[in-house]
Amino acid sequence: MNNDPLHKPPLTPGRVFRLSLIMAFLLLLVGAASLLIGTAEVSLHKIAALVSGSLGADDPARLIILRIRLPRIILAGLAGFSLALGGVVFQALLRNPLADPFILGVSSGSAFGAIIGILLGFTFSVGVPLMSFAGALFAVYLVLSLGTRRMGMESSTILLTGVILNAFFTAVIMFFISIVADSRLHTMLFWLYGDLSQSRYVSLIILTPALIAGSLILFSFAKELNLITTGEEIAFQLGVDVGKAKKTCLVLVSLLIGLVVSFSGLIGFVGLIVPHLARMAFGSDHRLLIPVASLGGATFLIAADTLARVLISPSELPVGVITAFLGAPFFLYLLRARGSQWSRS
Amino acid sequence: MEPILTLTKAGFRYGASWAVRGVDLDVFPGEMLGILGPNGSGKTTLLKLLDGMLHPHEGEVLVRGKSMVTLKRGEVAKVVAMVAQETFFRFDFSVLEVVLMGRFPHLGRLQFERTKDLEIAVNALRATHGLELSERSIHELSGGEKQRVLLARALAQEPGVILLDEPTSFLDLKFKKEIFDLIAGLTREKGLAVVLVSHDIDLVSQYCHRIVMLKNGSVHLTGTPDQVINAASIEAVYECAVLVDRNPITGKPRVHLKP
Repeated sequence: MNNDPLHKPPLTPGRVFRLSLIMAFLLLLVGAASLLIGTAEVSLHKIAALVSGSLGADDPARLIILRIRLPRIILAGLAGFSLALGGVVFQALLRNPLADPFILGVSSGSAFGAIIGILLGFTFSVGVPLMSFAGALFAVYLVLSLGTRRMGMESSTILLTGVILNAFFTAVIMFFISIVADSRLHTMLFWLYGDLSQSRYVSLIILTPALIAGSLILFSFAKELNLITTGEEIAFQLGVDVGKAKKTCLVLVSLLIGLVVSFSGLIGFVGLIVPHLARMAFGSDHRLLIPVASLGGATFLIAADTLARVLISPSELPVGVITAFLGAPFFLYLLRARGSQWSRS
Repeated sequence: MEPILTLTKAGFRYGASWAVRGVDLDVFPGEMLGILGPNGSGKTTLLKLLDGMLHPHEGEVLVRGKSMVTLKRGEVAKVVAMVAQETFFRFDFSVLEVVLMGRFPHLGRLQFERTKDLEIAVNALRATHGLELSERSIHELSGGEKQRVLLARALAQEPGVILLDEPTSFLDLKFKKEIFDLIAGLTREKGLAVVLVSHDIDLVSQYCHRIVMLKNGSVHLTGTPDQVINAASIEAVYECAVLVDRNPITGKPRVHLKP
């Protein structure tokens, strides 16, 4: 076995598989721990009994684990996975390490839809998610049609359109929030900061296959993304059909994020911080980044949501408060420590 | 000998004004072709037509006899490589990773680089004297080192022709010579064709077998350095009084500005 780096490609399928497996193991570990932690005491013994089928059908632990904690943890995992995935892909496509999956206005579009839904008294099982997803689609449609010129999609135009759209929707949302005075206000605010407590299995059944299909397709664009980060013209010269890759990835991520957000509310910072950490730890190759960052995002959000459940127990915090509270200082630190690397030398 | 790239009556316009019009050009294996002309004469547009970044409004671009527009991008990248004036890497990659990117057109959608691809990349780095850089971050390199790495990436593409857009404009004398000696060697030994766009008339005169001199988007003169570079042609195209003599070592024409 020769250890000279020039005798082995820097990235092999084996390495991607091994590191993904480690991240998946970490995810399972954190997920399992989260199942045990909460306001109500659930012992390891009860979980063991539940798994082996010896737990009584009317045991309150069964309800807490299966009806409350498990769907919530899975939703946190799916949401964290998609947000980190979206962040990685958007940062590559826009060649901007500060991009996150909300940057194109998907978030404010879906928030706009959700707020209207809540205002109209829709339920969280169908009405609000549907309104939210419609809002996200509307926003994506606006950004892509306004940001697309005859010459194709130009990144800075798309970015600017997204920023302006965000500002507009935020104003509309604030307007609605300021005219509502009843309990719906609390619901709205929770939604805006990410609320995983409304998780139901039916939403997981919709989300899971969409996420699997979406992430596999995005993974198949990993090499194209590597080249696009070095410049669109260069990627084109190296054989990438840049227009097609960009359009497919932008639309796919936006749809995925719109779908996830419609069930989870707006959870900030996951899509920014996790991709960054992954880039620092694993380098810039998206064939590795996509799986490890996504799995890391899932782990991070489950941990953050567990904190959100227990920090001011028996009350709960919106999970977005935790991610932002942890994320913002961390990000400032990153900017200070690594700022020079992002700026043009 | 079959040309690698062919332009037939090629024309491209930005809006209503033609940047390049009626250009006929063949690029043959093993030749080093220089494109000269003042700012705005259509040099860069011509290069972008050759690499397929722009499609001509008139005429046609052929890649080994096949029309560029009928080819997939990956197919073109197996024949045509490009080294830009300057490349900025937003994210961090090692030198070896950057050179391996040159293998992209040769790999399947989900395929990782094979040992064979690694060998090709390592050989390309060796050819550009950049092997000792392979583990370094692309961010740590000097301008000259980076251009050598990007040239290695172009070689790793195993193309028939490399297009160079002012590849040495930010480099000092030593690196400039190094890069050009290297390129000249590649055309001699590997039958690679090189198309070079440059403002440096002496450099082009020194190294290129054939020169195309552009004026207002059309070919003013074409031929060997001896045929193209003389006081009359330079004054006509660059609108600037010059004295042309010969390099005492190589005998190639050499241009001096008249004070």
